[in-house]
Amino acid sequence: MTNTLTVSGSPHLHGDQNVKKIMWGVVMALIPATLVSFWYFGIGALIITSVAIVSCIIFEYLIQKFILKQAPSVNDGSAVITGLLLALNVPSNLPIWMMVIGAIVAIGVAKMTFGGLGKNPLNPALVGRVFMLISFPVDMTSWPLPSVNRTVLVDALTGPTTLGVVKEGLAKGDSMSDITTKIPSYVDMFIGNMGGSLGEVSALAIILGGIYMIFRKIITWHIPVSFILTVFIFTGILYLINPNLYIDPVFHLLAGGLMLGAIFMATDMVTSPMSKTGMLIFGLGCGLLTVLIRVWGAYPEGVSFAILIMNAVVPLINKGFKPKKFGEVINNG
Amino acid sequence: MKTFKIGGVHPKENKLSEKSPIKVLALPKTAIIPLSQNLGAPSNPIVNKGDKVKVGQLIAESSSFISSHIHAPVSGTIAKIDEAIDSSGYKRKSIFIDVEGDEWLENIDKSNNLISDIRFSKEEIIAKIKDAGIVGLGGATFPTHVKLMIPKGKKAECLIINGVECEPYLTSDHRLMIEKGDELMVGIQIIMKSIEVTKAYIGIENNKPDAIEHLTNLSKKYNGIEICPLKVKYPQGGEKQLIKAIIGREVPSGKLPIEVGCVVQNVGTAYAVYEAVQKNKPLIERVVTVTGKSVKNPTNLLTRIGTPVSLLLDEAGSLPDDSGKIINGGPMMGKAVNSLEIPVVKGMSGLLVMPEKESKRVAIYNCIRCAKCVSVCPMGLSPYLIAQTSEINKEEMAEIHGVMDCIECGSCSFTCPSGRPLLDNIRISKNKVGQIIRARLK
Repeated sequence: MTNTLTVSGSPHLHGDQNVKKIMWGVVMALIPATLVSFWYFGIGALIITSVAIVSCIIFEYLIQKFILKQAPSVNDGSAVITGLLLALNVPSNLPIWMMVIGAIVAIGVAKMTFGGLGKNPLNPALVGRVFMLISFPVDMTSWPLPSVNRTVLVDALTGPTTLGVVKEGLAKGDSMSDITTKIPSYVDMFIGNMGGSLGEVSALAIILGGIYMIFRKIITWHIPVSFILTVFIFTGILYLINPNLYIDPVFHLLAGGLMLGAIFMATDMVTSPMSKTGMLIFGLGCGLLTVLIRVWGAYPEGVSFAILIMNAVVPLINKGFKPKKFGEVINNG
Repeated sequence: MKTFKIGGVHPKENKLSEKSPIKVLALPKTAIIPLSQNLGAPSNPIVNKGDKVKVGQLIAESSSFISSHIHAPVSGTIAKIDEAIDSSGYKRKSIFIDVEGDEWLENIDKSNNLISDIRFSKEEIIAKIKDAGIVGLGGATFPTHVKLMIPKGKKAECLIINGVECEPYLTSDHRLMIEKGDELMVGIQIIMKSIEVTKAYIGIENNKPDAIEHLTNLSKKYNGIEICPLKVKYPQGGEKQLIKAIIGREVPSGKLPIEVGCVVQNVGTAYAVYEAVQKNKPLIERVVTVTGKSVKNPTNLLTRIGTPVSLLLDEAGSLPDDSGKIINGGPMMGKAVNSLEIPVVKGMSGLLVMPEKESKRVAIYNCIRCAKCVSVCPMGLSPYLIAQTSEINKEEMAEIHGVMDCIECGSCSFTCPSGRPLLDNIRISKNKVGQIIRARLK
């Protein structure tokens, strides 16, 4: 026997979840979407992903070591997720230096400024992405077409995303039937054969990752379902009102970053509400704002902005929608 | 299958000793009987050094309303009344008895004959329970006779017997249900009579199918007793969770079970009530599970109060080499002890030896606001928030967030992926808020 007995407060058992497992679980869940992006966008995707991940890790390490003077904790995996999500949110032909700046903003400004893991009010990857979108609007919104020249770094063929096609078409006054001929088939959109940011193209790969995360109990269904359902219902109503002016709701589900946003970005534990009701409200807000921006806003895509705005509302949601306490409402019929 | 609605966790059950029958443990050379063995005020000793005592003789008296009698668990000579470390980890006043033979008071029926005829009135039963020094044996050690005195204006509608044993590892209640089923049933009928109800439910988790089957068969012989199999989920043995699971009523925040017409007693307590009322036997012994992954023979021992735990560990095959922590009770709510010489007390349901590598806490990370503590809290609280208010000493906030509703089940700390000491902080806060509330009432 050891000469000393440990004495500590109960409980003396700990469950099998820990931060590292959760973070690496999210990375696992992102692998299908990442592989699809490598398939469609080739070596450019691979390079941009590596650059994003490596720069996020390095910046977090440097900031912890030299500015915050903390023990570096990059092995918790959260910087890898931020890097990976950041990469999945940009076009594969983005210049590398822009990616590095995005990583500085994501890690340095959005995460470490607030105290690192768990302390950031806004999703770091989204802050990085929106910073790049506003700073480099052209590079962030011209996309290589999928499956063309996988091995060439800077491709010749670029085009707008499907959401962009629709928005520009409507702005020019084209009829909806003309516009729909220019967008990929829904099957292509579902498996990811369309232009767009690395990770947002394949709804299939993202949903697979989402199911994995729900199965591993990393996320719950509340936020993705309420987010996606809100977008579907809202755009469905618009479509029913005037199908010539508003494209059908299935398109809205498959196009742009909705799936990636709803399943991987909005569900970020740190920046989403604590109670189940709060999560449903949060998803509802994200959905409404996404549609408002997509349909009436200046940008073709609104998922990032919607989530960031709702991130900022989370403290209020937490305050307003606490879990129901046991014995609080008496219903002993 | 029935269970409670909000929260809960599923720790590994590890019921290593569920198949080992209750064994009677040999008497110690010296019994150490702490004077504080119940929730509430400690008892007052009524014996002096040098006095001879017999088994079952009263040696310390209840000192206030919420307090209980203590009886000599062994026969012999009072060696001294001195301080000794007890399961709280502190030195407390205790009576030391040098054991000589095993001589019992004459009026105690030591036989195994079942006496199922209840000859006493409600008042007599409660008086006998009080005289026998019975406290809640599930671990909370609240004096049982106080619980059975229904406050004026309230009425009990049913009795709920807690046979859940939701703590991992522990099996003493399980064995008692299998081996002492009839005695338990009579004990339950005695309690039913004392609180004037005609209906009793025994809640048992369905990881004990043998106990469920055995008691269901027995219950046909006894009126008004129903067995309720429950889905396995911790902390189902919590009083409020058990009531919710069995009859669907929610005890209001800050209130007692009688508010919804219930009285809850543990199976061990019901058995002790049988022995006290039918056999005149005070609470001088109890079943203690001695267990742990590296313990050679995990077992259930019928042990006299006051026996040093080292003897129990020897009986289970000596203390394993890799022991790092010894817990009085189960792994979720039990207390880690700091000495092997502490005695068995009324509230000790188990002795769990944890290997060195499972004894240390996991690394602590920042809170990642994953809300797992919120979703597992069986009281619907936000543990992360209360723990935070505790860390910054905001007691008034903790009170608003319901810190006093916390049942200290530990589900939050168990589940926290960041390994944060949530329950530690909540306990600190609960203590301070409790003081503030008491000061306010004065």
